[in-house]
Amino acid sequence: MADAAFLALTVITIGSSIAALEMRSLIYGSIALMGTLGGIAGFFFLLDAPFVALFQLAVYVGSIAVLILFTVMLVKRELIFKKIEDKRRKFAGIGLMLVIMVSLGAVFLDSGIKTITTDESPVDFRDIGIDFVTYYWPALILMGLILAGSVTGALILARREDVENDQRIS
Amino acid sequence: MTNELVDFTLVSVALLAIGIYGLAVKRNFIRMLFAVEIIINAANLNLVAFGRFLPHSGGQTLALFSIAIAAAEVAVGLSLIIVAYRMYQNVDIADFRSLRG
Repeated sequence: MADAAFLALTVITIGSSIAALEMRSLIYGSIALMGTLGGIAGFFFLLDAPFVALFQLAVYVGSIAVLILFTVMLVKRELIFKKIEDKRRKFAGIGLMLVIMVSLGAVFLDSGIKTITTDESPVDFRDIGIDFVTYYWPALILMGLILAGSVTGALILARREDVENDQRIS
Repeated sequence: MTNELVDFTLVSVALLAIGIYGLAVKRNFIRMLFAVEIIINAANLNLVAFGRFLPHSGGQTLALFSIAIAAAEVAVGLSLIIVAYRMYQNVDIADFRSLRG
């Protein structure tokens, strides 16, 4: 049976994810997305994974959510508050969401994972560090290269070539 | 542990369904990015939950990889949004016609 902290985190996470998609203002939506990401970090704490939880807080809540917030601020004011969606498509989307929730939920409830419980001690974060530098070291280097490449690519994409240097100063 | 694996899995299913709803219904580029983020987080929650209950360190390691790659994806996605916004002065994906066949 789930405890109170789990139920509170569930309400925060799912409620703020709906708010992130449905709030009229994109700025409040991105703040609600921060709530979702923070709620997931709370779940990681409940799962005895404090290292991943802090990584999630640092990377997602600390940098990605702030990056999204700054991008939203670059958008025109009337577009921030404008909702772009079809009414008919919305009902179809809600139907699709409910079908996925009910069918996948029924599959999980009917499957063997309901009987999986554990009394074993959680994984030590030292094991994760050892994994990173032994078994996963090629993947770690590849990840570093992908990150460097994507940040460089993002900078090149967002660069403006039509603006001269003297115009930038003024 | 008082919480069971199936509880975490059900939360993850709910987040996945909400993310798919966002991708299907919203036409705002930024909101679609929100939906993708929600789906990635549902996957991460599953990875860590299964890693805790098996128990195996692989779940947390893969979740860390996933978080780092998601950071790269958001950086590229946001720069694409900025470029598209500069070209069309709009965030509605129905207006982005350059790649349409």
